[in-house]
Amino acid sequence: MILTLIFAAIAAFACSGLPGLFLPARSRLGQRMAALLMVAGGLLGLIALGLSIAGRPEGASLAAAWMMPRGSFAVAIDPLSSIFLALIFIVPPLGSIYGLGYWDQVEHARSGARLALAYGILAGAMAMVAIARDGMLFLIAWELMALAAYFAATADDGPETRRAGWIYLIATHIGTLCLFAMFALWRRSTGAFALLQAPALPPEAAGAIFVLALVGFGFKAGLVPLHVWLPGAHANAPSHVSAVMSGVMLKMGVYGILRMASLMPQPPAWWGGTLMAAGAATGVAGIVFAIAQADIKRVLAYSSVENVGIIAMGSGLALLGSSLGRPELILLGLCGALLHVWNHGLFKPLLFLGAGAVMNATGTREIERLGGLAKRMPAVAALFLAGSVAICALPPMNGFASEWILYIGFFRALGSDSSAMAATAAVALALIGALAVACFVRIYSGVFLGLPRGDSGARACDPGASLLVPMAALALGCAAIGLAPSLILPAVLAAARSWPGAGLATGEAAFSLAQAAPLGWISRAGLALIALCALGFLATRRARSRAARGRPTWDCGYAAPTPRMQYTASSFGLSIVGLFSPLRAPKNRRLSVKGYFPGESRLEGKPPALALDRVARPLGLAIDRFLPRLHLLQRGQTHLYLLYVLVITIVLLAVGGLGVPL
Amino acid sequence: MTDLINALLVVILVLNLFALGTSRIQSVIRIVAVQGALLGLVTLLMHERWTVPVALSAVAAVLIKAIVIPAVMVRSLRAAEIKREVEPFIGFLPSIILGAVATAAALLFTRSLATGAVAAAPSLIIPASIATVLVGFIILISRFKAISQVLGYLVLENGIYIFGMLLIEAIPLVVEMGMLLDLFVGVFVISIITNHINQAFSSMDTRRLVSLKE
Repeated sequence: MILTLIFAAIAAFACSGLPGLFLPARSRLGQRMAALLMVAGGLLGLIALGLSIAGRPEGASLAAAWMMPRGSFAVAIDPLSSIFLALIFIVPPLGSIYGLGYWDQVEHARSGARLALAYGILAGAMAMVAIARDGMLFLIAWELMALAAYFAATADDGPETRRAGWIYLIATHIGTLCLFAMFALWRRSTGAFALLQAPALPPEAAGAIFVLALVGFGFKAGLVPLHVWLPGAHANAPSHVSAVMSGVMLKMGVYGILRMASLMPQPPAWWGGTLMAAGAATGVAGIVFAIAQADIKRVLAYSSVENVGIIAMGSGLALLGSSLGRPELILLGLCGALLHVWNHGLFKPLLFLGAGAVMNATGTREIERLGGLAKRMPAVAALFLAGSVAICALPPMNGFASEWILYIGFFRALGSDSSAMAATAAVALALIGALAVACFVRIYSGVFLGLPRGDSGARACDPGASLLVPMAALALGCAAIGLAPSLILPAVLAAARSWPGAGLATGEAAFSLAQAAPLGWISRAGLALIALCALGFLATRRARSRAARGRPTWDCGYAAPTPRMQYTASSFGLSIVGLFSPLRAPKNRRLSVKGYFPGESRLEGKPPALALDRVARPLGLAIDRFLPRLHLLQRGQTHLYLLYVLVITIVLLAVGGLGVPL
Repeated sequence: MTDLINALLVVILVLNLFALGTSRIQSVIRIVAVQGALLGLVTLLMHERWTVPVALSAVAAVLIKAIVIPAVMVRSLRAAEIKREVEPFIGFLPSIILGAVATAAALLFTRSLATGAVAAAPSLIIPASIATVLVGFIILISRFKAISQVLGYLVLENGIYIFGMLLIEAIPLVVEMGMLLDLFVGVFVISIITNHINQAFSSMDTRRLVSLKE
């Protein structure tokens, strides 16, 4: 029953774009049907998840033979996949509603139907990835997901989009290659492609599988330095696609790492350590790069990198707890990581959708050209603010709960053998938190506060309901989790408890998350904070209403202020970015201002993509120089090609017929 | 009966070497035609009882391999007005030696490949088929003219056809007919194309047909 519903949901997702293909290019009907199917699929999936959580905590599974050689059609739902499935059933349907207004079929007659098709397949393939329990099926779904994401992200055809799409395609295929190796190794070590617990896995094989999983899934999740594809692809994709990619698709990488790690026996300490270190590096680098960006969607993309880093740190803590034999670390690490998966899956789509609304209204993604939009687009500004508060992990929104659980986990690990690791992670998390606040103060003040710069925001106004409703729904979700984290904690806790080794300790040693992390206090503190803000707002409003006079926002005592006198987002970020200049390799040309009446001067800055420019591009160029040597093989002579065929035939005959070992 | 089949297969093997060592294209066409006729005969001999499908298959093989295809090729050879020599990449004698080595290797290889189907069949079927396939490959690789490559393809197909006789019970008649039809259409098309390429570029040397390699 549960699986039938899930399959129905996946089918509805995957087929949602089909009707639009048969309708006229300028008819909105297909797009509406796609959105309807997406919403229906999402509802079906959520009902299935509800049934699964309420009725059968251990989940449902199905294994059937299918025509693919070596492998079976094995699917299952367990608490871990439920966590990710919930996101898949919530965010893409909301995004498709958003797409009705954002990517109007009449305006985008050429790409609309194609985008809807790829978008639906992307959502369906992600759900399939989350339930697949067979290596072959997993890889098929994974590749479908990667390709659908490519076609969805490159809907807007242009040179920059095309370049970003290529980089994404290369990165995702390198990752998939690692996964091929991983599953081949898995089959060799366990004897089957089935993704079942493998307690007898030899340690060397397990280590190799873990490293391959970390790299292969790390490409998708965007662990530094494997994140090269991420900013470009997110920035150039349509906003609801960026929202799904960032909010959900990156998490499939996290899911893959967690899934593979949960199947293998007792992890050695270096697994958790590596994951934590990778997470810390990813988090700090991600947020520093985010501050340096000038493009609003690139800021959000790098901030996704940062959040994946936080999730990876939590997962690393769980693995560490697993190898140290401390269930409470597993619970805290996994609860924090999985809750953050949800949180990021809600607030990052909210922010991307908000950025899309800003782009639609102003026609630019450059923060330097925006400003003062809070007055023209109050609803979008308020929703974006909610998302920003959430992503900065400030109460009363949802980011706070997950990061708090992670802090508790890191502090709990201090007494153990790995205290240095845990302490570093805690410091890194604190650093990330502070920088995230700076980053979102910068972007929010640059885009929404102050005065408009240039005329890009002149005709901006709040968008229609199809854009605002999904954003409001996401903001409500953020607020709900932020105010009452204990509501959804059971689902997260169930997933954490299903981890091998986490549920073992019972009786006296049983660890109570409620005691370690009194989430009830978060609700109370959040409500108190809201009440306090409301009081303050009312008080200032009463005081102001007596003598309200319209003034430009940034007066500063000048007689004739102009919008160009405002602090720009770059100048705001420069102070922080300067601290990390060795890491960031500044490309700013600074001009010093001399004399009392300095002449005109210019400052140019280009935010670098360090990993892409310094690592990936030279590597690619080296490969590009090497590969032409293989042209020796391609001579265009039929005879030569036939000779290759003959040689291969003889080798195969020798291997197959005579048993010559390769 | 088995002895007769084996004797015919030996003739086929000898014809292979002839095809490698002949310089006139028209002679090679004739050799391949004789090979096709022998194959039809072998098909008949392989069966204890001659049913309609078997007879049909044998007649079709003889008709297509020994009469229609050679006729088409001779026609296209005339129409193309090319020099009627083979122009090998590897000389005639080395080609024959290579072919002999391939035949010997095939015989040796089959001895170590003693499976059930092999044991029951006339002893030369598998080595003859492998040797013929290899010889077909050698012709394909070492000849430059498009038309002699077609001949290599035909020899290759003859090798596959010999192997198919082992499975004559398993492979339905329809499949075999389909294979023959494929072959016929393939040769027909290549002959026409050769003609046209010759008219357009005044050369049929496949060494020159490399500009589309990328």
